[in-house]
Amino acid sequence: MPDGFLDLTTSVATGVVAAGAVGLALRRARTELDDRTAPLAGLTAVFVFAGQMINFPVGAGTSGHLMGGALAALLVGPWTALLCLSVVLLVQALLFADGGLTALGTNITLMGVAAVAAAWGVTRLLQVLLPRRRSVLPAVAAVAGLVSVPAAALVFVGLFAVGGQAPVDLGTLVTVMTGWHLVIGIGEGVITALVVSSVLAVRPDLVHAARRYRRAEDQQLQLRSGSSAEVGA
Amino acid sequence: MRGRVGTRTLVAVGLLVSLLLAAVVSLWAATTPDGLEHVAGQLGFADTEAEHGAAGSPFADYGTAGLPEGWSEAVAGTVGVVVTGLLAFGLAWLLRRRGSGVAARTED
Repeated sequence: MPDGFLDLTTSVATGVVAAGAVGLALRRARTELDDRTAPLAGLTAVFVFAGQMINFPVGAGTSGHLMGGALAALLVGPWTALLCLSVVLLVQALLFADGGLTALGTNITLMGVAAVAAAWGVTRLLQVLLPRRRSVLPAVAAVAGLVSVPAAALVFVGLFAVGGQAPVDLGTLVTVMTGWHLVIGIGEGVITALVVSSVLAVRPDLVHAARRYRRAEDQQLQLRSGSSAEVGA
Repeated sequence: MRGRVGTRTLVAVGLLVSLLLAAVVSLWAATTPDGLEHVAGQLGFADTEAEHGAAGSPFADYGTAGLPEGWSEAVAGTVGVVVTGLLAFGLAWLLRRRGSGVAARTED
């Protein structure tokens, strides 16, 4: 989001939200990052930066691009994901004049907080509902990606309702923002599922959302004994 | 975990893919407005957009000042990957817990 869409009060308020969230994440991310997983966090931020540059057409003169909140949350955990997105948004705003400077707090709130929170909420919910197996994760990733984009769009609508700088019918805004971002969310879901699957295929031990399966599958391995063990992993 | 890809290999391949996306594939990315820009135009609040405070950056709008088309975007994408990488790998390295914790037995 560029500068100017929201009034100063709303921009400052989202700036405070973003600063508080980043401050909290700087502490909480320690629980997600260790010597093994730290490199994946760096890589995730770089991939999200690159992915956000690739706009794909979604019809009628509109495009979408990866937002990355769901991808980061599943790969490195929600707190680290917020930090990854914040780094990306900071670089985009300062170096590439993409995403406003006074809007930086709003953009972190939308993509780092709202999208990540929605994605992680969906992920945890589906992990409770679905069988306790690693193989469900690509599907979980797809749904988390799909939901995260319209979730961020709806938070934008809420902010615009409070501090929008132009008179716009809110009902129409909700409809068109949700509509377009659901379509873009399909792309987000596909990319999120593909990338999570790729990392799962080569290093399942590094995927944050797969942590909860480790103990259960280790027990199964011990029960089964030996030769067929690797197949289930 | 024998036979699995090492962390260095994973990071190297991931960085290479990211670099290709940012510096090469991005030249063919769609240039139509994204979802928010489209809605802003459609509902008439696009013109509330203010001039960007960093508009004078040599890499503004993912181009590189003074370079011909093509090279301009490729260099900007490369710079973005490098700067994002330095910040993100650095931050993760600073924040990480020492030792590999619960999963010490799966080290590569």
